[in-house]
Amino acid sequence: MHFLKLILRNTLRHKLRTSLTVLGLVVAILAFGLLRTVVDAWYAGAEGASSARLVTRNAISLVFPLPINYQERIRRIQGITAISHASWFGGVYVTPKNFFPQFAVDAKTYFSLYPEYLIPPADMKAFLTDRKGCVIGRKLANTYGFKIGDTIPLRGTIYPGAWSFTVRAIYDGAEAGTDTSQFFFHWDYLNETMKKAVARRTDWIGVYVIEISDPDRAAEISTEVDAMFRNSLAETLTETEKAFQLGFVSMTEAIVVAIRIVSFLVIFIILAVMANTMAMTARERIAEYATLKALGFGPYFLAGLIYGESLAIALAGGVLGILLTFPVADRFSEQVGTLFPVFGVSLETIYMQAAAAIAVGITAAILPAFRAARVPIVEGLRSIG
Amino acid sequence: MENLPKPIVQIRQVTKSYHRGEQWVPVLTNISFDIISGEFIALMGPSGSGKSTLLNLIAGIDKPDSGSLKVNGIDIATLSEADLADWRAANVGFIFQFYNLMPVLTAFENVELPLLLTRLSRGERRERVELALSMVGLTDRVEHYPSELSGGQQQRVAIARAFITDPVILVADEPTGDLDRASANEILAMLERLNSEMGKTIIMVTHDPHAAKSAHLIRHLEKGELDVTN
Repeated sequence: MHFLKLILRNTLRHKLRTSLTVLGLVVAILAFGLLRTVVDAWYAGAEGASSARLVTRNAISLVFPLPINYQERIRRIQGITAISHASWFGGVYVTPKNFFPQFAVDAKTYFSLYPEYLIPPADMKAFLTDRKGCVIGRKLANTYGFKIGDTIPLRGTIYPGAWSFTVRAIYDGAEAGTDTSQFFFHWDYLNETMKKAVARRTDWIGVYVIEISDPDRAAEISTEVDAMFRNSLAETLTETEKAFQLGFVSMTEAIVVAIRIVSFLVIFIILAVMANTMAMTARERIAEYATLKALGFGPYFLAGLIYGESLAIALAGGVLGILLTFPVADRFSEQVGTLFPVFGVSLETIYMQAAAAIAVGITAAILPAFRAARVPIVEGLRSIG
Repeated sequence: MENLPKPIVQIRQVTKSYHRGEQWVPVLTNISFDIISGEFIALMGPSGSGKSTLLNLIAGIDKPDSGSLKVNGIDIATLSEADLADWRAANVGFIFQFYNLMPVLTAFENVELPLLLTRLSRGERRERVELALSMVGLTDRVEHYPSELSGGQQQRVAIARAFITDPVILVADEPTGDLDRASANEILAMLERLNSEMGKTIIMVTHDPHAAKSAHLIRHLEKGELDVTN
């Protein structure tokens, strides 16, 4: 009890210094948590991918389409239970900064492949019967205030022209990690429009989404699909949905690596600040430590005092930093809109923040505790007055 | 022979030197003398004569290079650091020139500090601390922090802390060196009472001849050796 009292009072001895150190820790732990959450958001698509879904795209590049007639040939491969397709639309809503993903999909088959998109049956029916209807995610709806019945105008970039869609359904995510920032509409509508405008661009799709009965056969089925179209006009590349998503992440891997490095640098910097604070504190109290030693207190007691103080400061900063991460992450998510479809502070991030705070507390105290424990009493007493 | 007073401290051929730069500077050379139980002895001498070093050796916070130093029959020069810490806690009460109180602890808590190393209960500790503080006349300053006390009051707290564990010896290094004359006299009177009424053996280092007069015996050191001419 006296030990804890001594730690607490020593911690509060230089209120300004302690407050500034805690503030530094709060900022560092908060920044660390936010940066880790950004990295998590980067991988959110891959994390939410199903192991029972494969994606087939053009082997040359994702920007090249595939013919629609591949669909029936792929469907015949044993082990495939369902197939649908999606095409990146890339339209602009009012201004280019209002980015959200838009896909032209095979409306009848696409959503059965994604049970994590929860759509009320009546709304789904309304969507299926409206050629110019669209389905949007809850986050997208909330971001721009879209409601069922609203008209969403898009300016086509890949598919030029002014497009207009009516919101017929809003889907929710079955899990917290489900992306609800997407916009889906009828591929039939796109295809028919293109048939009138640019005939050579009809009957092409972006990617096929394939559902397989046994995820263990993913590699085998992928090989079989790609073999089917080898030496054709549009060779295919089939991979798991997760690998497909990770392919996107790898395009920006340098950024992810940079964010990771910065997140650890932030912790390293606060460690240096904290170590300096503890060294300064211990140096100032060397005569007190010598007195305690003279009275019979052992080196472990002194080391305990320093470790206790360092951990108390680190934990205060850590707890405040973790608590602040949630509102700041929410605000950040609002600001970036649908750029990060899934942006939430994960439990793993919280554990890492806590571990970082504790590690800083322990590491910062190592040298001062060692010095205090080792200081000769006579030398320590001489430092007074 | 049986009626001879018993020495509580026996110092034999003790030498001590310090490393300064590349040189070893001798501080104490072949010091030998006894301190009788219940004695109040003052160690005097000019700066650098080795009186504080000798006090540190007797108190077990430093070790001699050679020789033996027995306190209450135990050769403390042979004890390990951990054993020496335990020995100090049980046998030595310290009074420093600058009081060396813990600034974050109250007068009560400062006096209680050495008792935390004993097996006494909280109630027993409280009882002892209250008694000690009343003996030094500070019952009304129990909850005050050192910064709220005068120099003389702080030294009284330090004296209460020194005798709270009922140690074998009390060592005082310039206990009046930081005090005005009136406060110094109070402290010296208190030390005399501890010696005469409680029978405490007190070894005091001082520059001040006035303070030294409180002691029964004065030992002079000169360049690391006992000055036998005084």
